[in-house]
Amino acid sequence: MNLKRTSPGLYYLQRTAFYALVIAITFYLLFPFVWAVITSFSKGANLFLPPAQFLVSEKTVENYVQVFGNPAFQRGLLYSVIAAVGAVVISLLFGSFAAYALGRFRFAGKQVILYVILAVSVFPQIAVLGGLFTLIRGAGVFNNPLALIFSYLIFTVPFTVWVLTSFVRDIPGELEEAALVDGASPLQTLFQVLFPVMMPALVTTGLLAFINCWNEYLFALTFMSSNRTVPVVIANYSGASQYDQPWGPIMAASIVVTVPLIILVLVFQRNIVSGLTAGAVKG
Amino acid sequence: MTTQAPTEPRKVVKTRGIEAARARQALWLLLPTLIAIALVAGYPLWRTIFFSVQEANLTSPEQARYVGFQNFWFTTEDGVGIGFLQDPKWWQAVKNTMLFTVVSVFLETVFGMIIALVVNGTFKGRAFLRTAMLVPWAIPTVVSAQMWAYMYNDSFGLIGQGLLGGQALLADPDKAIWALIAVDVWKTTSFMALLILAGLQSLPSDMYEAADMDGASKWTQFWRMTLPLLRPALLVALVFRSLDALRVFDIMYVMLGPVNAASTSMTGYARLTLIDNSLLGVGSAVAVAIFLIIMVIVVIYVTAFRVKFD
Repeated sequence: MNLKRTSPGLYYLQRTAFYALVIAITFYLLFPFVWAVITSFSKGANLFLPPAQFLVSEKTVENYVQVFGNPAFQRGLLYSVIAAVGAVVISLLFGSFAAYALGRFRFAGKQVILYVILAVSVFPQIAVLGGLFTLIRGAGVFNNPLALIFSYLIFTVPFTVWVLTSFVRDIPGELEEAALVDGASPLQTLFQVLFPVMMPALVTTGLLAFINCWNEYLFALTFMSSNRTVPVVIANYSGASQYDQPWGPIMAASIVVTVPLIILVLVFQRNIVSGLTAGAVKG
Repeated sequence: MTTQAPTEPRKVVKTRGIEAARARQALWLLLPTLIAIALVAGYPLWRTIFFSVQEANLTSPEQARYVGFQNFWFTTEDGVGIGFLQDPKWWQAVKNTMLFTVVSVFLETVFGMIIALVVNGTFKGRAFLRTAMLVPWAIPTVVSAQMWAYMYNDSFGLIGQGLLGGQALLADPDKAIWALIAVDVWKTTSFMALLILAGLQSLPSDMYEAADMDGASKWTQFWRMTLPLLRPALLVALVFRSLDALRVFDIMYVMLGPVNAASTSMTGYARLTLIDNSLLGVGSAVAVAIFLIIMVIVVIYVTAFRVKFD
């Protein structure tokens, strides 16, 4: 039925309502972030102005200069990168081995292993916090990024295994059979035949795992005392006194750690949706 | 790789079948993952269970002493209850976490469904909205907590000062939970919407054409066709979101501080006991309780809704 022709009044009313909804949704999704961006460019004293005056008040990059000059923030960026990259590289390596075995091989106990891996991914991190703490201190890596690389494996490994397994299953078997017939070992097959095909999946999974590590807070807060990662630095960003929260620099620091993620997410948009649905909807 | 011919004929294992050889290879391939999981999840979980029945301090865990279930429930001769299950703050944390989970997951599902249905339609600016949808999801939780803490600020926050005229929302425990729910809903509605959208796009369009021909209204189509067909995708998304919400920590800890977070989230309570108060035994007992609560909820979900994970 064509509403446009049969009753134009109703049609335009519906269209207007629809666009109003679209605008409301966009506003809801983006406004808090936009407001943080505006604040990050504002002088501390102007925060007290009413919103309209605040918006037109003088803008400055002072907060960003301060944030980048802050040694704690610089170290935070470094440790966040080390912890996240380390955990992601290890998980992709382990995860692709496991995914190849789970997606391609038939053997007893496969279902059990799949369920164990799934169970670990719904694990509350708090359930292992004490145990990991004593383990990390016993191994002498407390306050060392190795502690974070190690502890992040608890969520990156199950995630990469699960998502990569569903990708491996979708790869046509002929590719790998040809390699096997030529006498390639499983590792050769994996690295030389499957890896090139899996590249998009590896990038997507790695990116999603990276985002999770970059955002991780509980372990970073607990296993590091002075070598903090970026989320911990941002949560603890303090001003001259306890009652003086430096919101300008906090927002600037928040924007700095968020923008690279947003850019990555926007660039890899399509892959991310497929990665998320492979990881979550299928199981 | 493509042009190279095999130079040596392979040795054929005759004694065991190719199946057995493949099974052995699979085990080798799985070994790094299994070791990693055992070390990072299995062993620490076992330690947590072990310490939950010990009186132990975080600074000297080797001096642990077996006390049975006293960490959970123990009344001294003077009638003072020192098990964590006797602590009203724990029960407050449980209540708040449950409220947080039920309300935020419900709202996320409803909003996520609305956003997904809108983005699934055709209109100018659809690509933009689809992109905008990813923004809250991409923002680290700590950052969104700080962004909202700033907006809730009672002296110059847009919400705290502007909308509520200087009410300190986060200082009032009864209202704080709703403020925290709003943050979580904002942050994760897009995740829900993405998953629902993926489900919507897998629905066959000719079915809707047929329904249109038969004169079914959009409303009927939604309730009779879309919703039932989306059920599997929706349920898995619900399970994952609920479990995430039950173990929530960052939002409370950043916005309320360690002490108030302890009466607002179960994880916050556990961390305060375990790390800040160094009570390894009691903290582990709390962690075991959280673990059990979450496992029970998983089992209920899986059996009640027959969720299939594969």
